[in-house]
Amino acid sequence: MASNQIMFILFSAMIIVFSILTVTSRKILRAAVYLLFVLVSTSGLYFMLNYQFLAAVQLTLYAGGIVVLIIFSILLTSHISQNFESSGWKKNIFSAIAALTGAILAIITILEYGFTASTEAAQQVDMRLIGKSLLSVDYDGYVLPFEVISILLLAAMVAAIVVAKKGAPKKIVLPKLNQE
Amino acid sequence: MNSGIPIQYFLILATLMFFTGVYGFLTRRNLITILMSVELILNSVNINFLAFNRYLYPHKLEGMFFSLFIIAVAAAEAAVAIAIIINIYRRFATINVEEVNEMKF
Repeated sequence: MASNQIMFILFSAMIIVFSILTVTSRKILRAAVYLLFVLVSTSGLYFMLNYQFLAAVQLTLYAGGIVVLIIFSILLTSHISQNFESSGWKKNIFSAIAALTGAILAIITILEYGFTASTEAAQQVDMRLIGKSLLSVDYDGYVLPFEVISILLLAAMVAAIVVAKKGAPKKIVLPKLNQE
Repeated sequence: MNSGIPIQYFLILATLMFFTGVYGFLTRRNLITILMSVELILNSVNINFLAFNRYLYPHKLEGMFFSLFIIAVAAAEAAVAIAIIINIYRRFATINVEEVNEMKF
């Protein structure tokens, strides 16, 4: 067995085990750390597929940015040692049946469809090419999504500040609504 | 780097990860853990895009740019969602979805 196959098995085992732990763990901070492991192993898969730039983006943005943001909000809103109560065996079983059915159907479809790997020479992905494609207006250019995504990021930044801004002090626990 | 690994392995891995995220999305009650399940789902879709790009269209870069934009959208989504969650916590003192059932007051 070649070394890359061993690495693939290692990464995929880590991804599956830790993503199951992420959605079943009873402690919220541990779930966030398991999510971090999943994201780091995914960036390992990107390195195996030869997309070094995207693997670096995954490490810095997902594993670095989003997980830190999630952990910050956990610390702001929950007690670290607080355990969730189980959400009821009925809900768990029916959700598991739904997820398993979907997974089995998708896997059967994948195995039946015959993929024919392309024989074209692989494009070398270097930074110069990525930068030029992002800003070009030609057939292979991505300048429109690039601009749209910059406006989206600006809007998200403004929205996050406006929504989370501390307003006038409000009652913390709500009284019941009296219509009219 | 990926010789000897058929494309189906990547797709099956992404499928399992996707439906784990769906399971978490259906069973969790805490808003932050629901957000984490959504991150799992987005991440598995990224793996699919990159595997298709590398195996079926290696002379193009479309899957890579799609993944890049998905990561940017996920970052924006996480920032806005966490701002909303913190605001909800300030008003209701809880982030359990079953207790937060009023939108206007």
